Amino acid sequence: MSQSGGDRRVFAEALCPGDGSGDILWLDEPLSFWGGTELDTGVITDVHHPQHGVSLAGRIVVMAASRGSSSSSSVLAEQIRAAVAPAAILLGSRDAIVTLGALAAAEVYGTRLPILLVDESGLAGLPRSGPVTVHAAEDGASVFWNP
Amino acid sequence: MATTRGVVLRLTAEDEAKLAGDHGPGVAMAMRLVVALARVSQAARLIDIESAHIDGCLYHGKAGLDFIEKLVGLGAKVTVPTTLNVSSLDLLHPGLVRLGPTESAAARRLMDAYVAIGARATWTCAPYQLAARPEAGTDIAWAESNAIVFANSVLGARTARYGDFVDVCAAVTGRVPLAGLHMAENRIPTLELDCSSIPDRVLDSDAAWAALGFVVGREVGEQVSILTGITPTVVDEDGLKALGATAASNGSVALFHVAGVTPEAVDAGDAWPEAGIPRIAVTPELLRAARDALTGATAGDELNAVALGTPHFSLAEFAKLAAVLKDRVSFDPSCTVWISTSREVLADAREQGYAQLCEEAGAKLVVDTCTYLVPILADSVRTAMTTSGKWAWYAPANMGINVVLGTLAECIASARAGRVIRDESVWR
Repeated sequence: MSQSGGDRRVFAEALCPGDGSGDILWLDEPLSFWGGTELDTGVITDVHHPQHGVSLAGRIVVMAASRGSSSSSSVLAEQIRAAVAPAAILLGSRDAIVTLGALAAAEVYGTRLPILLVDESGLAGLPRSGPVTVHAAEDGASVFWNP
Repeated sequence: MATTRGVVLRLTAEDEAKLAGDHGPGVAMAMRLVVALARVSQAARLIDIESAHIDGCLYHGKAGLDFIEKLVGLGAKVTVPTTLNVSSLDLLHPGLVRLGPTESAAARRLMDAYVAIGARATWTCAPYQLAARPEAGTDIAWAESNAIVFANSVLGARTARYGDFVDVCAAVTGRVPLAGLHMAENRIPTLELDCSSIPDRVLDSDAAWAALGFVVGREVGEQVSILTGITPTVVDEDGLKALGATAASNGSVALFHVAGVTPEAVDAGDAWPEAGIPRIAVTPELLRAARDALTGATAGDELNAVALGTPHFSLAEFAKLAAVLKDRVSFDPSCTVWISTSREVLADAREQGYAQLCEEAGAKLVVDTCTYLVPILADSVRTAMTTSGKWAWYAPANMGINVVLGTLAECIASARAGRVIRDESVWR
């Protein structure tokens, strides 16, 4: 496993395998990809969401859970196809709707968007901002960064 | 060391055969997603389902189309009775949906692919209004958040929160993970919402149920709740539809119970709510605050449209609307009333004469899709009114308009006046 992403790390469970890096983005509230993000840009369009206007594209997105529509899997898969999806998604709960969007895209396009399940202490240890690297495989997953 | 998984998934020989491609590469692809979901949800095994409802037929871009066409191309077919959710087109009223030719063609191809895999062309978000409904206690795989919460709560059937892709995979394999709301222990309420201070007359309106759903969605998140203190005789399926649809939009509610009303709560009797679970009081003030949170315009504002039927308008709702429209007063020409429903309910509403009354008053009927999903309302619409909490939640972002949540009576009065009319007396 590569250690090049940094010398601090948090362990996690891989819900969908893959590698990614980018600036971390903490979502302050749950988000529905469908109806809450723009299909072809990845920008948050949900007017009720505190981060309305922020783009998820290329970010390492940390979210407790998704919300609302079961169409969110399709929206995420389409954003993966259009290369405007997050670079990785770090979940606080076992969110099947987000995970299946990534798995379906993997079936059709062979893409690998890492989705990780991070427990409470792991989440508490993650940085609030800055670049992080994510590695997720069948046998485990980690988030790396330089403090 | 990585976070350990507590549960080992045990597949049957038949499951393994499907995964290995013994039933063809389409079944194998579908099984890979079902098994992946089982791992995510920590299921110990898979179970059979009796029916499926697929939400993947709404066009969200090429990925969804590529996925189903790949599955069809690999020879997959559904193996259980399967209904289809709304699409991006109204095939009975061509031209109503203003999508460009490229997107229309893609949306149509998506619909054709789901029919080709063996699903019924029902095109409705309210499959629970169709003749054959799942029975209480049966395991099903339904997608579409409002259908999921209705099937679990009102029908007492058991479905987890399935989404696009895995819905059709469940229909193809006939299998889903034993997890979540398929398990009896996960269906027990952990939170009581005491509604006893809400007068029966307030719950007489559809919009009040939507407002109640908004409170439920905000307060309970993903928990299973039980609403207590509601007089059973004021409850009907359309109210529960409105509650669930809203709570599944602003929250992740997939199951709620109503004491003395919904099947599992009736079976549990006095055993629910269990002693000691947290209780939250839901008051008429909270309902009005929810209404106002779902409202972005004020009384007196010019009104350009009214949207009814999210989720799809039921025959009972058509009957209520028709009873008012019997006075033959038309809607103001500046305000278009849109009613979204299914083909099957529209056929019944026409047979009863309800649909004709709506059209004579100036309403426009939409089937197979919904007015907040695709461009149907005129571009010039700035303010719209709706009885639907789900429509009021999504339309401002989807369409860039101001929305007012109101009762059916408020919507009709407003549509006739061409401006927003609020009757505070029905909310107190």
